[in-house]
Amino acid sequence: MTWLNAILQGLLLGGFYALFACGLSLLFGVMGIINLAHGDFAVIAGYVAVVLVPSTGLPMVLGFLVVVPIFALGGYILQRTLFQSALRRGDPMTILLVTFGLSVITENALLQAFSANGQSLNIGSLIADSINPNRVVSISDISLVVLGVAVVLLAGLQLLLSRTSIGRMIRAVADDREAAELVGIDHRHVFGIAAAIALATVALAGLASGMITEFAPSSGTANLLFAFEAVVIGGIGSLWGTLAGGMVLGVAQQIGAQINPSYQILAGHVVFLAVLAVRSRGLFAVREAA
Amino acid sequence: MSAPGTLAPLPVLGAGGYRIRRSARRSSWLLGLGAGVLVLLAFMPALVSSGDTSLLVNVFILLTVSTMWNLLAGYAGLISIGQQAFIGLGAYAVVVAAIHGMEPFTVIPVSAVVCGVLAVPVAALVLRTRGGYFAIATWVVASTAQLVISSITSIGGGTGHPVPGLTSLSPTQFAHLTYWSALAVVVVALGATYLLLRSRLGLVLSAVRDDEDAARAAGTRVSLVRGAVFVVAAIGCGAAGAVLAVSQLQVQPASAFSVQWSAEIIFVSLIGGMGTIEGPILGTVIYFALQQNLAQHGAWYLIIVGAVAVGVAIWFPRGLWGTLARRLRVELFPVGYHVLGPPPQDSGSPT
Amino acid sequence: MSGRLLEVDELTVHHGQLCAVDHVSFAVDPGEVYAIIGANGAGKSTLLRAIVGVHPVTSGRIVLAGEDVTGIPARGRLSRGLALVPEGRRLFPSLSVEENLKVGTVRARPGPFDIARVYELFPWMLERRRQRAARLSGGEQQAVAIGRALVANPSVLLLDELSLGLAPVVVQRIYAILPELLASGVTVLLVEQDVSQALRVANRVHCLLEGRTTLEGSPAGLRRADIEAAYFGLRSSGGAGVPA
Repeated sequence: MTWLNAILQGLLLGGFYALFACGLSLLFGVMGIINLAHGDFAVIAGYVAVVLVPSTGLPMVLGFLVVVPIFALGGYILQRTLFQSALRRGDPMTILLVTFGLSVITENALLQAFSANGQSLNIGSLIADSINPNRVVSISDISLVVLGVAVVLLAGLQLLLSRTSIGRMIRAVADDREAAELVGIDHRHVFGIAAAIALATVALAGLASGMITEFAPSSGTANLLFAFEAVVIGGIGSLWGTLAGGMVLGVAQQIGAQINPSYQILAGHVVFLAVLAVRSRGLFAVREAA
Repeated sequence: MSAPGTLAPLPVLGAGGYRIRRSARRSSWLLGLGAGVLVLLAFMPALVSSGDTSLLVNVFILLTVSTMWNLLAGYAGLISIGQQAFIGLGAYAVVVAAIHGMEPFTVIPVSAVVCGVLAVPVAALVLRTRGGYFAIATWVVASTAQLVISSITSIGGGTGHPVPGLTSLSPTQFAHLTYWSALAVVVVALGATYLLLRSRLGLVLSAVRDDEDAARAAGTRVSLVRGAVFVVAAIGCGAAGAVLAVSQLQVQPASAFSVQWSAEIIFVSLIGGMGTIEGPILGTVIYFALQQNLAQHGAWYLIIVGAVAVGVAIWFPRGLWGTLARRLRVELFPVGYHVLGPPPQDSGSPT
Repeated sequence: MSGRLLEVDELTVHHGQLCAVDHVSFAVDPGEVYAIIGANGAGKSTLLRAIVGVHPVTSGRIVLAGEDVTGIPARGRLSRGLALVPEGRRLFPSLSVEENLKVGTVRARPGPFDIARVYELFPWMLERRRQRAARLSGGEQQAVAIGRALVANPSVLLLDELSLGLAPVVVQRIYAILPELLASGVTVLLVEQDVSQALRVANRVHCLLEGRTTLEGSPAGLRRADIEAAYFGLRSSGGAGVPA
């Protein structure tokens, strides 16, 4: 039963990783951006909620109503300014260095403003309540909510990409930027929208992280690595693959922790490396066009 | 089927007045200057305080690992975020050897070789991936190495382990030996990189970086070439890690395997300019200059570092050395070829 | 304003440091098929790409229906009536046939063509509209690429190397729709390496050699030897008799 619990906890954790990873996957899949500042952006979302939400009078659990629009707008602006100038250079190193610089700036600016102390988002009883079908298995309400949010978000993104005009344009630009220009698509605008979506999802991930556990200026990096692992295990370009990748990673970590608490992260890494060895494009990768 | 008078003659190398020259102008006297600097550096412990030599040790370590990273990224097109794996393993190789009674300073080359051997299976795994995947895979490998080392209690687990066998030296002897070891490692790293790039392998690397498919079609065993470079980079980083262990007198997994290394390496290489040997040298100097002058401002110092990285990436994508070298036409380490054409005969033809 | 639909005036375009198009001028009348011919590397594709605005112009002007469009970005030129079917098709491989066509309507002008009309032109597409473009054969991809440009309802349709990499019978089938396009009021500016093909369909041909105009005229009024000379850059017309 303890193993069943480990697997359940792993699946729930996978939801959180998927929430974290889908923006990363989108940025990489559409623009080819490896966003090293992704984890730090999530931390910013936590601090924005800490600072802004109390003044609106909303309960913290509805903080996303404030934070997500700010992030979406910020994502669009960031893409149209900094990222676009970096992409124009045509060298993947440029954008890597820019996001790396942003990561360093963010982390230290937050440190300067809020100190290194951990913060969390107070959401009242939701954090404490849990479902306990028996004495061993315990599912906290908040992690279930996060998994639900991740599934709804991924389904929404999937629908957006496959059914809407903007979704088609995003996929077209990701396929062939110049051909998109030829049919009259302004790829910079489309990139801006994709970045807005990605940043909106990272805001949700940051808020979820603040509700599940604590965050501090430096906590972005570890989450970034797990999110990257989830994306690679799942296979880039597949949204459901990202969820599956997150769950594979989460279950591996929880089973590792069950064997020995210090093996949690290591077990995730081992599974990641095993996936690389067996299927280097990820378990659920969409097959490349021949 | 020739069409006389309509096509410009093809630039046949070595014929028709074309010559190929290795070094750019001014290289030879700059090389002399470099030799002078080297002699000066060798005598540095006699000239400056031990605080300054230990700063220089850190400079040399960072320069060594950045040079290795630059070899991977700038020449082989492999962007790694995991070179700290080999820094940490090199450091721990010294610890293990010293625990077994070996002399830490003499173990430095052995540690480097150990890292080279460990790099072979790692290369086989991570080189299955490309681009962003490769970067993430190397990062995971480094994190895995850290976690594995941290779980071995006989070498101190997560809290780390001192390097035994160094207490018999006087503080001055220790400082000097450390300095010369670090200097030797960085000189060998730079020299080996230079010779490697001037060798046939260097030519093959440029070919692979510029057009992998074409290089493959021309008979290059691309994965073997990449593997070789990965192993060389691991050896260099291992040597740097070994020097680090000795200079710090102890090793902690959290700092030896810190992803912060990659942050510093990327900063140094890109600020200076990737794909040139000189770039990381200039980048390291700038990094330590910033650090020495701004470190007392705490977080602000790193905010400035981050802003410099963003600014250089956008406005000087070739890095500062790359931009400078183009303007001044200077190369300290001439690894490229220059084709010198004949004097133009008809001014109208496009080149 | 004359009867010219598209005028290219002293256009110079560079490809890196290479001058790919060198002071080229011509004008296309409404309703005609105007063909640019020339050997590989003559600057034909670069010329088309510059006309639709995906390659920067060094000097010269591009005038569409009396309006100077040289400074207008590609999507602005598309919504004014210039659509290119690029060399190598360039479909969006992960999008389905229908999605490729839908994306083509982003900047569509009002006009006779819509997705249903494209399905009439190429009946096979209707059944296979949900198939991913990457799964289609070269000729099928070419047809979808033409459809994708047509749904924008261009006044001038630019076709770059339709025949490239396709079997002759497939090429014939693709070119067979030209009359129908012309009947719908579309003017065609095409680039062909296959000179006989170009001579068969064009009202006028324009030969480029290393970026410069070497010949212009109607196929009927041109001698084969002159075309060969212009194509290969031979000075005399007593050349080696290369099949064109």
